[in-house]
Amino acid sequence: MSLEQGLTRPRFRLPATLRNPMAVVGASIILLWILVAAVISHIWPVDPLAQNFDRLLPPGAAHWFGTDQLGRDVLSRTLAGSQTSLPLSLLLVVCAMILGGSLGAIAGYFGKAIDETIMRIADLVFAFPTIILAMVIAAALGPSLTNAVIAMLIVSWPSYARVMRSLVIGARGSEYVIAGRLMGSGAFTSLWRDILPNVLAPLLVLATLDVGTAILLLSGLSFLGLGAVPPTPDWGAMVSDGVQQFSSWWIAVFPGLAILSVVLAFNFLGDAWRDSLDPRTADAVQGRAI
Amino acid sequence: MPESSNSGGQARPAKATARGHHPLARYLATRLGLSVLLVFGVTLVTFVLTNLVPADPVQAALGEQAAADPQIVAQFRKQAGLDQPLPVQYVNYLGRLLTGNLGTSNQTRLPVSQEIAKAFPATAELALVAILISIVIGVALGLWAALRRRRAADHVIRAVSLVGLSIPTFWLALLMYYIFFFKLRIFPGSGRLSPTAIAPPHVTGLYTVDSLLAGQLDNFADALSHLILPALVLALYTVGLLTRFSRSSVLDVLNQDFVKAAKAKGLPARVVVTRYVLRGALVPIITIVGLAFGSLLSGTVLVEKVFAWHGIGEYAFTAATKLDLPAVMGVGLVVGIVYIGINFLVDVLYGVIDPRVRIQ
Repeated sequence: MSLEQGLTRPRFRLPATLRNPMAVVGASIILLWILVAAVISHIWPVDPLAQNFDRLLPPGAAHWFGTDQLGRDVLSRTLAGSQTSLPLSLLLVVCAMILGGSLGAIAGYFGKAIDETIMRIADLVFAFPTIILAMVIAAALGPSLTNAVIAMLIVSWPSYARVMRSLVIGARGSEYVIAGRLMGSGAFTSLWRDILPNVLAPLLVLATLDVGTAILLLSGLSFLGLGAVPPTPDWGAMVSDGVQQFSSWWIAVFPGLAILSVVLAFNFLGDAWRDSLDPRTADAVQGRAI
Repeated sequence: MPESSNSGGQARPAKATARGHHPLARYLATRLGLSVLLVFGVTLVTFVLTNLVPADPVQAALGEQAAADPQIVAQFRKQAGLDQPLPVQYVNYLGRLLTGNLGTSNQTRLPVSQEIAKAFPATAELALVAILISIVIGVALGLWAALRRRRAADHVIRAVSLVGLSIPTFWLALLMYYIFFFKLRIFPGSGRLSPTAIAPPHVTGLYTVDSLLAGQLDNFADALSHLILPALVLALYTVGLLTRFSRSSVLDVLNQDFVKAAKAKGLPARVVVTRYVLRGALVPIITIVGLAFGSLLSGTVLVEKVFAWHGIGEYAFTAATKLDLPAVMGVGLVVGIVYIGINFLVDVLYGVIDPRVRIQ
């Protein structure tokens, strides 16, 4: 496939990516949300958990985004929602990349029985639609954000394993890897020093695109009541509240817009980055869409 | 004849090595074997999650008060076979599944299999309409974007498909329901039929098909108008997926020699696109349809509740929010098996259409 082409030009090229307007928009939105998540609880005057008797107020001067069924300020809750979604999704993607990447590298490098075992387990995960499997696992573990992240980790590592495996298989026979082996590198050194730097970029692109998927998945689980537990301000759970309070559209609309903006931002960034790496690797990089 | 076509020559070595077995038959047998193995894998997953993962399966099934009585607990454990070794428990579990026993819902106290069977046609109808919409729109947009590569249309389509991939489905469902039903009254509200309508006689369970079979045109129109909004919402993500994939698939084909040859022969652009490009690009697109179906099935869980569509998705939503473990596992098992079945069909189609696949 076109993977080899990606391997011949393996530089880390984020700066070039950032000349793309889509990537700039994406990166700016992400930075803005990270800033909000970092400082919101220190500077924002309205407590996202504070209840009052002004229930279900439409957006107005006192409450720009209105209030929910318990009289809580929807704007503060939407802003505070970034504190659960962003760090957890980033954490999840990093863990999934490390776990899936390591397993994929081991499978691709050693082959044979190890490869078979790891990849058949990955196939099993792929045999379920993502949210269904995450839902089943999260329900068995019990509803909490930690368990939701564990469930998501179980469903997300295989796409990294698949991509990493094929990249390692592609790189394994390269002359620089063989040269390293001849000079006495062991398996770990060979993987870490020779192969990893050359396959990292496609893996990082996949991870960037995956943050968006992770946020959608986490908010989906929270929407199902299997993620954030009340009263934690969480975007998915807030939309779920909106289903109950149907005519008060503002309860669901603003957290939904928050999810959309972050996911779109990560997709813009990841997409532009992928294109700048090599337009032809576009689909080789996409391990799994959802 | 001997030098007539290249594609015929490619298939020949496979025939020779197959030794009497038709390569297609061998390919299908392998795929079927893998699918059956996966189905066993799926049952293993639900078994582990039902019996091992919950902190206390006994309490999950009995409730707090009954679980406090050691006598009841001991009796329950014996009755449910929880005192047996794990492999025996798994075999018993498989035996129950084979007789169609998915357990009893903690919430309704009805057999899960019965409830899922009742909900199945609604979801099947919704998912089928959604996948049809996605394929038609997705392939058309992808083709258009590829033919207008790096021009305005390509950029617009790319942005639209990225938005489709980024919108939380459950939120879009709520928004569309609010705007098009609650505010504008363009589409009918929740459910599969208007409250006054009587469901058509049950043949397939798909209301649009059944009403046509019974010749009830007004019922058909009613069912269809209820279908459109949830199906469109559900399809948006897969439209994004198929658009992006079709675009790259068409771009790959556009660079191939047979397309260049067709153009060089002076064939009109329309003929080159429909007869050469699209046909060549469809094969890889088919494989992505199986994947798209998976995200549709995921989507139903998040969408059906909003539209009060009484399908598997709504059942799963209720089961998840009420932590009804047997029902959740039942849905996981059934949806997993359906998904494996769909992917098997996709593989079959792939093997029938593209002879090269059979050789591997």
